[in-house]
Amino acid sequence: MPTAVLQTPPAPAAAEPVLVVDRLRAYYRTHAFGLDRDIRAVDDISLTVAPGEVYGIAGESSSGKTTLIKTIVGAIRPPLAVVGGSVRFRFGGEIRDIYALTPAELQTIRWRHLSCILQGSMNVLNPVRQIRHSFQDFAFPHMGLKPAAFWQAVRAHLARLDLDPAVLDSYPHQLSGGMRQRTTIALATVCTPEFIVADEPTTALDVIVQRDVLTMLRDIQRRLGSSFLFVTHDMSVHATVSDRVGIVYAGRLVEEAETPTLFRGALHPYTQHLVASLPRIGDTTRRASLPGRPPSLADPPSGCRFHPRCPLAMDVCREKVPALVEAAPRHRVACFAVSGAPS
Amino acid sequence: MSLILDVDHVGKTFVQGGLLSRREVEAVRDVSFSLDAERPEILSVVGESGSGKSTLAAMVLGRLVPTRGRILFEGGDVAAIRSRAGRRAFMARVQPVLQNPFEAFNPLKRVDRYLFATAANFVVGGGRTRAAIEERVDRALVEVGLTLAEVRGRFPHELSGGQLQRTAIARALIPEPRLLVADEPVSMVDASLRMAIVNLFGALRDRLGLSIIYITHDLATAYYISDRILIMRKGEVVERGAARAVLDNPQHPYSIALKQAVLTPDFG
Amino acid sequence: MFTIVRDLIRYNIEFAVGLFILLLLIAAVVLSFFSPYPAADIYVVPPDLPPDAEFWLGTTSRGQDTFWQLMIGLRNTLGFGVGVAFLSRILSLVVGLTAGYAGGRTDRVLMAINDSVMVIPQFPILVLFYFVLKDDMNWLMLVLILSALGWAYDARLIRSIAMSLRTRPFTTQSVYSGMSMRKILVEEHLPYVMPVVFATTMNNMIWSIGMEITLSVLGFTDVDTPTMGQMIYWANSHSALISGIWWWVAAPVGAIVILFIGLFLLSMSMNEYIDPRSRLNRMGV
Repeated sequence: MPTAVLQTPPAPAAAEPVLVVDRLRAYYRTHAFGLDRDIRAVDDISLTVAPGEVYGIAGESSSGKTTLIKTIVGAIRPPLAVVGGSVRFRFGGEIRDIYALTPAELQTIRWRHLSCILQGSMNVLNPVRQIRHSFQDFAFPHMGLKPAAFWQAVRAHLARLDLDPAVLDSYPHQLSGGMRQRTTIALATVCTPEFIVADEPTTALDVIVQRDVLTMLRDIQRRLGSSFLFVTHDMSVHATVSDRVGIVYAGRLVEEAETPTLFRGALHPYTQHLVASLPRIGDTTRRASLPGRPPSLADPPSGCRFHPRCPLAMDVCREKVPALVEAAPRHRVACFAVSGAPS
Repeated sequence: MSLILDVDHVGKTFVQGGLLSRREVEAVRDVSFSLDAERPEILSVVGESGSGKSTLAAMVLGRLVPTRGRILFEGGDVAAIRSRAGRRAFMARVQPVLQNPFEAFNPLKRVDRYLFATAANFVVGGGRTRAAIEERVDRALVEVGLTLAEVRGRFPHELSGGQLQRTAIARALIPEPRLLVADEPVSMVDASLRMAIVNLFGALRDRLGLSIIYITHDLATAYYISDRILIMRKGEVVERGAARAVLDNPQHPYSIALKQAVLTPDFG
Repeated sequence: MFTIVRDLIRYNIEFAVGLFILLLLIAAVVLSFFSPYPAADIYVVPPDLPPDAEFWLGTTSRGQDTFWQLMIGLRNTLGFGVGVAFLSRILSLVVGLTAGYAGGRTDRVLMAINDSVMVIPQFPILVLFYFVLKDDMNWLMLVLILSALGWAYDARLIRSIAMSLRTRPFTTQSVYSGMSMRKILVEEHLPYVMPVVFATTMNNMIWSIGMEITLSVLGFTDVDTPTMGQMIYWANSHSALISGIWWWVAAPVGAIVILFIGLFLLSMSMNEYIDPRSRLNRMGV
């Protein structure tokens, strides 16, 4: 089976986590041009990421997953505002609270300890300058090396990723989509950061290129021993790269488990549906689809936000919000049908 | 045997650049296939970006004129349709389903205007009274699992991607076409709603006897729903045949590579 | 619409000031209809009186009340600007939307005409028209001529928007809904170019009023319809500045400056409204 090649045993859970997100809430607050509303894009999310672990975040469009990672890396611009909770990283044994840092301190952490790979790699690479300038602008100030040593390190890093050092002298438009994305990954990892956030890094790529890029990401992650926060809506990508997956629905974390557990024995009805509805080559059994539509974050349903579409919905689901509780070791789920209704 | 669609050695060349830097790009090269009138089916055209699959779809829809070869729809050359009446008669028989349902409707306009316009413009006979038009629109919406009451007066941002895509399909069904050309119809639809659209295509084929050309990059849904498949690469068809036979046991090296690149979420 | 205007006033000082000036001008236009003297009559008041309580802006050497002359002149000048803007917007919309949507040969023919109009030297052409038409060169004729010269730039702008609208999927949806080209252009595409039309309206008015004033001051127009330019023309021909009748010149010049500032501020704030990024920056969100 081809996927097995990419799988590594999950990192030990005992180690001190690199990232602790605690009861994080972030809303879009707008009151202008005749509108006045809160969009609860991140609503009470807690999670931890261990060293060397790839933590996947899955969710549909406008489920709040992109807002979640923006909030985690501290890229908060109005109208987005953090309403509650904390985000703490552990870099080199030192705990850094993202929201307690000054912008200058945040700047020194970026690239060196924490870096991002985003969907549109063209945005990072300046379209009118050779790629070497992007390396110089972003990575050089954080490496603390003399120019000669810096370029030597960059070339060694590119070689490690099977990239021709000639890309340094190319312009972004001269590279194919896959090459551009690999170059962005090289740029994001050249400072060997402890934590890497990837948002839909392969979504715009073709199937064959996507597989190459995912293999490369998994490979570099294993070599650097970094932790990853990997966001994508595509469950088969999570099956391939993530050690653990958290499922986000309407701004809340509804289930979290190690990837094989999630695919074999999901507990939340939404996760069960996501897994069951994936079409597979060689399997023609009928795939059902969920009724209803993903809820609006501006006006989410009461109680459990999934209840209008849930086949197991009970009366309590309409009134109370189920907490995310540990249903089995390292398997958390927010569903009254699993945890039992509160008395 | 009568054919609805006969694509006969079709090619399309685009010319890029100006006077001095003229360059020809062959987007589609010598593609042939046909759809049988008696046997409605879903034909998948699978390929990566740059494979020419969208150019092929545009030619079948009459939006682009082939550089070489002919496309015959019910015996008539699609590229030879010039008159307004001829265009209209063709559009009543061949309808598109577009890729991104959020882009497929004008965000400043109500969604139902496209449904009513289609009914008013294409449905002949039975009177064009308001009631007859609404009845026709409602019938098409019921066909895709919606009702006029759900859609009437709504703006695109008030509907989900799945609802919008089903509305778009309902609109395409109003003139009772023989052929739907769906270009990546589910790539922008959320996972929990995607299979509803794919299942709908199967139901339309079985219930209404509609032929569907399903353009996609996703081998898994092509395997799930289609009868026949064409695998395209750089403008050429590299492999074709019954969808499941081809994907279960691909022969061409590119088809094999494509199948191997599909991420399979299997944990036993 | 109301909330947009309210928030523009709140967050955009340029818009607020521009709107205030526009309201002042509209008040002047309304007031002009209550003028006690017919516009063209002369020696209805004692000539050459400086501003005082009875004649707020003094009187002219031709025995006219400067204040009422100014009100009527503003009405004609504004009407002129609005007329040219209205007609030339229609031209630029028809040409721009059609060329952008139809493409191909239609586009090439329309753009050939468009570019020819763009490179015509406007001022010499206008002077030429005056010498050919002489007495037939009235206010309305000048509106028509300037409209015919003032649409080309904006038609190109509208064409570029129409070209991108044509490739949007909803246009395909409209085509396959059986909508006619006219319906697609008017109902589907027009709303997208309206903000540009509004913004260019202001610039077009600044241009056409400036042209009219220039021609009037030089005496190349019908001298019997009072406009801002006419006032300056008569003041000059009576050597108002040399004989110390400064208010006869100052009143129209001041009004023109205020009018231009108002239009410029509105045009600027409209541009900003069209670009949502600068709009959000302004709101401090």
